[in-house]
Amino acid sequence: MRAFDYVRATDTREAVRLLAEDPAASCLAGGTTQLDLMKDGVLEPPRLIDITRLPLHGIERRGEALHVGALATMEELAADATVSERLPMVREALLQGASVQLRNMATIGGNLLQRTRCRYFRDPTVGACNKRAPGSGCAAVQGAARMHAVLGASERCIALHASDLAVALVALDAVVHIQGLSEARTVPLTEFYLTADDSPERENVLEHAELITEVEIPLPPPAARSGYLKVRDRASYEFALTSAAVLLVVEDGAIRQARIGLGGVGTKPWRAYEAEHVLTGASATTATFRDAAEATMHGAWTVPGTAFKVPLARRTLVRELQTVSGVTA
Amino acid sequence: MTDVASRRDVGERPAAPERIMTLTVNGRPYALRMDTRVTLLDALRDRLGLVGTKKGCDQGACGACTVHLDGRRVLACLTLAAQAEGRAITTIEGIADADGPHPVQQAFMEHDAFQCGFCTPGQIMSAVALMAEGRAGSDEEIREFMSGNLCRCGAYPNIVAAIRDAASRGGHDARL
Ligand SMILES: Cc1cc2nc3c(=O)[nH]c(=O)nc-3n(C[C@H](O)[C@H](O)[C@H](O)COP(=O)(O)OP(=O)(O)OC[C@H]3O[C@@H](n4cnc5c(N)ncnc54)[C@H](O)[C@@H]3O)c2cc1C
Ligand code: SF4
Ligand code: FES
Ligand code: FES
Repeated sequence: MRAFDYVRATDTREAVRLLAEDPAASCLAGGTTQLDLMKDGVLEPPRLIDITRLPLHGIERRGEALHVGALATMEELAADATVSERLPMVREALLQGASVQLRNMATIGGNLLQRTRCRYFRDPTVGACNKRAPGSGCAAVQGAARMHAVLGASERCIALHASDLAVALVALDAVVHIQGLSEARTVPLTEFYLTADDSPERENVLEHAELITEVEIPLPPPAARSGYLKVRDRASYEFALTSAAVLLVVEDGAIRQARIGLGGVGTKPWRAYEAEHVLTGASATTATFRDAAEATMHGAWTVPGTAFKVPLARRTLVRELQTVSGVTA
Repeated sequence: MTDVASRRDVGERPAAPERIMTLTVNGRPYALRMDTRVTLLDALRDRLGLVGTKKGCDQGACGACTVHLDGRRVLACLTLAAQAEGRAITTIEGIADADGPHPVQQAFMEHDAFQCGFCTPGQIMSAVALMAEGRAGSDEEIREFMSGNLCRCGAYPNIVAAIRDAASRGGHDARL
């Protein structure tokens, strides 16, 4: 690991100012991505700003929205009463991610900003990685790509965004609150991420001297039912091969509202608008669910290692639509 | 998010920055002058001689380095020592009391819940926290919430049995 200055910030504006002073500085939250990649030699900030003591830990319900401080941990959010009651799919996505130890460290802001698990990105001895070294190519396209993406992917980069939580949050239309040097702004999570075909090296719209301060989750209508299904190689403590976050409002057999997020398949947490379009207004039947899944995976870009994900993702979505709706016919 | 911009030539770097850190481990404060890069795991093992906490993967994957920070289980290999300042750090060396081993330690011995023993301190620290979290209700629950602790020897059945037994004896009140 390269040497760095360690600075502990105690005030949000101070943290932003410290970041702004040094264009190469990074902030440190739970450290489960940041320190890991520093040990691998992928990230080498000369200055690390520890933001874990900033007063951004609260989780508070205000009206029909849950306001989650960026430094609340995954375990804290999973244990929140409003999450259990109104956001079961957030709870399921959280508790199926990582391990308890990691979830006690990992923060909500850090989770949204976690970097890809692509093994070629994480190994600086690999020359070809457009994300690490723009213009150098992509080793994964010809390599071991079982854990890679098919949506938003191209020959430039097929790196997966591996967050489970973010998949549930894009489906729920969560909003990211951002503090910059001179102003604060909010960005819908669906517009926060950039796809790899835009720019493998730039993953989201956050600027250098900006901090995520809060994630706001609008509560779905009480009539909505939701769930998160994660398909993986091990029963626990493993990243998704595919996953589906499904929220439905069904009345008299007709789908009034559908919100779908897909994980394990996208270079960003994937909101499946095409599937929602097919589902909304249609009758809740397995045939409809299959059509929705078909529409979603239509634009997939695969390499031999990832081709299996297209049918698997379709089946994952159909299964979760059946589970959430209670319709198996 | 600028990996490329964050690269600098070695020559530009100052000597490795050090910092005096005060760590409170098993109730005792220690003042240490350390390189900012030192992880909590290395500080415990190499500076304080508390080698019960193990280094397995050093990358957050195996759970061998599990300790408690303010009562919550975390991975010492992905925590900077500097981040642990001002927090109560508990290691495997700190859970027994004058009367003898912690009930979870006792149960691990009775159930032969290890083979080589390398993962055991992490398993025990995780299990003590698991009970405090109220997640030792069934074998299924124990397996799920212990999944962050890998055992290369595959002692899992006996580990689950030991935790089930300790939970049924001490319940959720087992000392943290
Ligand atoms: C073994 C292992 C298994 C895992 N399994 C899963 C899984 O199954 N599912 C899953 O979803 N995740 C999984 N993860 C990923 C884990 O959830 C993330 O590493 C974690 O959520 C990151 O949060 P953190 O607080 O540790 O972030 P850090 O590592 O501290 O930071 C991550 C990045 O975000 C930046 N940052 C952090 N907070 C802010 C902020 N508020 N404002 C601006 N920038 C910020 C940092 O500078 C850094 O670049 C796993 C990780 C490991 C190591
Ligand atoms: S998939 Fe993306 S991150 Fe992985 S090697 Fe290719 S360019 Fe790099
Ligand atoms: S040594 Fe820390 S998780 Fe393996
Ligand atoms: S007893 Fe050997 S690794 Fe678990």
